[in-house]
Amino acid sequence: MTVRVIRPGLLTSVQDAGRYGFQKHGVIVSGVMDPLAHRIANMLVGNEETQATLEMTLKGATLEFQKDALISICGGDLSPSVEGTPVPLWKPIFLKKGSVLDFGPCRTGIRAYLAIAGGWDVPLVMNSRSTYLRAGIGGFQGRALKAGDELSFGARTQLGEEMMKRLSSQSAQASFIVPEWGVAQEMVPNYTSAPVIRAIRGNQYDWFTKESQIAFFSEPYKVTPQSDRMGYRLDGPMLELTEQMELISEAVAFGSIQVPAEGKPIVLLADRQTTGGYPKIAQIATVDLPLIAQTKPGDTIRYTEISREDAEWLLLVRENQIRQLKTGILVKNA
Amino acid sequence: MEATFQPLGDQAVVVQFGTTMSLEAYQQVRRVALILDRHPIPGMVEYIPAYTTITIFYNPQALYDWNQKHTARERAEESDTLYQIVCDLIRDQLKQATVASAGEERTVEIPVCYGGELGPDLPDVAALNQITEQEVIDIHAGGDYLVYMIGFAPGFPYIGGMSERIAAPRRKSPRLSIPAGSVGIAGKQTGIYPMETPGGWQIIGRTPLRLFRPEDDTPSLLQAGDRVRFYPISMEEYRAFEEGSS
Repeated sequence: MTVRVIRPGLLTSVQDAGRYGFQKHGVIVSGVMDPLAHRIANMLVGNEETQATLEMTLKGATLEFQKDALISICGGDLSPSVEGTPVPLWKPIFLKKGSVLDFGPCRTGIRAYLAIAGGWDVPLVMNSRSTYLRAGIGGFQGRALKAGDELSFGARTQLGEEMMKRLSSQSAQASFIVPEWGVAQEMVPNYTSAPVIRAIRGNQYDWFTKESQIAFFSEPYKVTPQSDRMGYRLDGPMLELTEQMELISEAVAFGSIQVPAEGKPIVLLADRQTTGGYPKIAQIATVDLPLIAQTKPGDTIRYTEISREDAEWLLLVRENQIRQLKTGILVKNA
Repeated sequence: MEATFQPLGDQAVVVQFGTTMSLEAYQQVRRVALILDRHPIPGMVEYIPAYTTITIFYNPQALYDWNQKHTARERAEESDTLYQIVCDLIRDQLKQATVASAGEERTVEIPVCYGGELGPDLPDVAALNQITEQEVIDIHAGGDYLVYMIGFAPGFPYIGGMSERIAAPRRKSPRLSIPAGSVGIAGKQTGIYPMETPGGWQIIGRTPLRLFRPEDDTPSLLQAGDRVRFYPISMEEYRAFEEGSS
């Protein structure tokens, strides 16, 4: 065992990109709430994108590293530090054996992703390392981390090994070492407590009254305390149907915005059910999912309409940026 | 029955067969699922079948890369969006593929210990329908059922085909905890709870079978398209079954 949990934080769980392929059996996808931060965190330590990271929520964990390790932290700024010295986000970090990584106040966003070179070593369940908290399966023993848990990590990739060697040779004394380079600023999402989120009209958009359609794409909606990994309940102008219509249960997706009879929208997120019977007024563009995943109760969201074509285009542009980042990391460490 | 296509955001497409639940719509959904099992389209991640729809999720980047490599295809014009490409691929697949759908049907037999502490609402269901408890059991176990979809919870089957003679509304106040394996009635539907969960269905019995098996390759005992038959077992048989399986 190589990493000991001293304090678990508010909600820290092992997650990967999600448990796909089993939704037809009713098994939810789970996985990270902020897929971009998770992917970049893995890339910064030379991992395959399929590896798991630790998702920390609002208050991060305190972890003792019993072996040298290469880590990275991406996503919300939960004030990570090593022995009282702040460590940067969006960079690889070499940690010396015996170091204690701690987190402080939540500055921006709400979720931080901790990747370790070699990946968190938990068994694959249904082809995924994600924790499905409600069913108690996957991840670390099917649950959130607790004090005293001991985690291990797998074998580093050749790239991870190379990065670690370079960093560790820079100083014999420091308890952690970071390189000069990191993720370019334009790749880092602007996590804010008042994001403007791009959304595509949902398949039942036309079921809503004109007033509701206008309100949805112009008025602010507040994230309520009834919000978690499954979905965010929002408070704002009521959304009403032109007439009472029943939707036959059908599939929902990450970022579907459904409206139950009481008229307040619910955004479906990582732990969503596979199917739903409420009309969907909109669907968040995939590129903007990290923005909503990093909001917390009390934050205010505005939606702006985007065409499906533009959402698709932005998604391909984003994927292209990620490929470039990957190449950049390779080149720097070749 | 004609298929209609709608996007679900920027990485999924909903293929719909009509707007009412029907056996025909269900059979169309099933046909698409069987075709996609054998001939998945490029970039496909997975699909979710429901009563009148089947939603296909795809990886946009994988689909884009595939399309770049196959520009020889006449329809792959520059202006095509990924959504249009994916719809065309599905349409082609449905046209070309011939599927021996009927040959795949399974019947799953489900033992149920009816009434008593495992089925506390059996007396209510009998009283509501003005028949005896034994008649409720006979009608429930005598039915021929079809699994339309799996959803709500892992392995939870939406089962059609229950006799209206044993229909019963949901309980006024839901129970906070219903044990796994509980067999219930809600309106004209019957179902089985795969996991312990709160719920408002009228519970008439319990099966010792495990519906959700996360350790298996196919984690749900029942699949959309399965025929289901229930058969009554005694409390002793229920216990023996439980001991035998653990």
